[in-house]
Amino acid sequence: MRRSFKTMFYTPYMLWLVLFVISPVALIVYYSFFNIHHQFTFSNYQEFFSSGTYLTMTANSVLYAFLITLFSILISYPMALVISKLKHRDLWILLVILPTWINLLLKAYAFIGLLSHDGLVNNIFQFFGLPVQHMLFTDASFILVAAYIQIPFMILPIYNSMTDISESYIKASRDLGATNWQTLTKIIIPLTMPGIKSGIQIVFIPSLSLFMLSRLIGGNKVITLGTAVEEHFLTTMNWGMGSTIGVVLIISMVIVMLLTTTKRNRRRS
Amino acid sequence: MSKTIIELKNVYKKYDDFTALKNINFTLNAGEFYTLLGPSGCGKTTILQSIAGFTEVTSGQVLFDGKKINDIPANQRPLNTVFQDYALFPNMNVYDNVAFGLVVHKVSKDEIETRVHDALKLVQLEQYAHREISELSGGQQQRIAIARAIINRPKVLLLDEPLSALDAKLRKDMQYELRDLQQRLGITFLFVTHDQEEALAMSDHIFVMNKGEILQKGSPVDIYDEPINHFVANFIGESNIIPGKMVADYQVAFLGHQFECADAGMRPNEPVEVVIRPEDLVITTPEKGKLQVKVDTQLFRGDYYEIMATDNQGDEWLIHSTNATKDDAVIGLTFGPTDMHIMRYNETETKFNQRLETYED
Repeated sequence: MRRSFKTMFYTPYMLWLVLFVISPVALIVYYSFFNIHHQFTFSNYQEFFSSGTYLTMTANSVLYAFLITLFSILISYPMALVISKLKHRDLWILLVILPTWINLLLKAYAFIGLLSHDGLVNNIFQFFGLPVQHMLFTDASFILVAAYIQIPFMILPIYNSMTDISESYIKASRDLGATNWQTLTKIIIPLTMPGIKSGIQIVFIPSLSLFMLSRLIGGNKVITLGTAVEEHFLTTMNWGMGSTIGVVLIISMVIVMLLTTTKRNRRRS
Repeated sequence: MSKTIIELKNVYKKYDDFTALKNINFTLNAGEFYTLLGPSGCGKTTILQSIAGFTEVTSGQVLFDGKKINDIPANQRPLNTVFQDYALFPNMNVYDNVAFGLVVHKVSKDEIETRVHDALKLVQLEQYAHREISELSGGQQQRIAIARAIINRPKVLLLDEPLSALDAKLRKDMQYELRDLQQRLGITFLFVTHDQEEALAMSDHIFVMNKGEILQKGSPVDIYDEPINHFVANFIGESNIIPGKMVADYQVAFLGHQFECADAGMRPNEPVEVVIRPEDLVITTPEKGKLQVKVDTQLFRGDYYEIMATDNQGDEWLIHSTNATKDDAVIGLTFGPTDMHIMRYNETETKFNQRLETYED
């Protein structure tokens, strides 16, 4: 009786897990061992790790994802710090999160409007007598827009870890003679490290495969692993190679998770 | 008379529609143990915070060593605090916590090591230097918090209800240790508590507070024996408070009898309150007693019996006795002239002290 009751609760969760988590991953791994003629082969992996194109693409993706993550931390951390000190902080954090409710494509088009040759930013430049800049379809604009998209996902875990810090730690630090800067570097940042790490986990991986933005804002000059996956599945129809890149992305995700998981029982001698 | 280290002059603290501190004046001398005692919300922590620099006073002066420190930020004030929740940094081990005050002042590594070692030795935890904070018991965390607070060699240590999180046995042990530590270090302790027993046991001087005001200052014995008003008498220890009338100097009347007492300096026939501590009441036979009461209940408290009794006017009496009595028995109570303490209504501390001087030598 009790047993069947338990199974009843387990079933939807298990079904979900099998249908939408385990089987897609298994399928990706399975497809990655077939070439374009549906023959079993390891050549996809061979090609990936021996061709200069894929390796530079990987390096590029990692570099861009790293830069996007870095800039979103640099912007999010001070922002979270300021918001956590404000009187109506919950309202302010809501305003920061609000843009995530808007479709990604819409936001990308909005940026095209802002950054294009006749866009708002250039109009402002002209008003102040500055020359027109070509901002769209550059690396810088790609990183800017990607960081903008990722900031809410970075700020939220950092903000939560900040509001968890007891006020008395800050007081104790001040009381012992620490300046504001020393309190920040020695107390606040170490105590918000878990928040920063989960922020990195949430931001870094999707940044590896941002194909839509690299097309719309980066003007296809920035080719990431995400773009390559899209190309293989939709254009060249080489599902095997696309899956191989997918497997590489999954493995790199696992690596990032392992690197950023907080280890307890830290001990120093 | 030793030297004044901290002085508060006419200090007020007001929030929008609430006055947390009303005209606080006191001086703390170097090397003594002071306690701010009062119920929660009486403003004692606000005083501590304004001395530590976490709260700005609305008006008045806070002086340290004769210099006004109102506008000096907390991190530049030469005094340290032990917090109620200890506030030990969870990202550091015991050694780094204790060393923090020296590290932020850029003291050399060798000196840090010897001073941290000394501080840990002082609180008898030198072998715990490399433990994590989460591995310590409450009592150990308490001691580390003290070691961390004294590492900068402050002249004054502020303690914000540091014993309230400990269990009863440990709290008693820590009372001895804190007192001992204060005497060995020779620095001023300003201790905040709502526990009158703690205050009486450790302090050189107690300031009793209620509703943002200091009601009475004095040594534990003075405050216990001569409380200024009903609130203090009730808050410090247990007491029997009976309304009476001062017939003349050294003569007080209550419950239809006239007694000889040790107080004077009041108007003839002035209405007063009489305080008699439960341990000063001696049980005797009804014939020999100055008062006759009927026992309602008695509780065995280990080292004494706590007896509740009622007199013929319906007043309740609390008696501490080493011997048991019988429920519903009528017993006699005796007490000497010095066992009574007479309180006038609405007497200020200054007037109270002036009156005492007129007849005490």
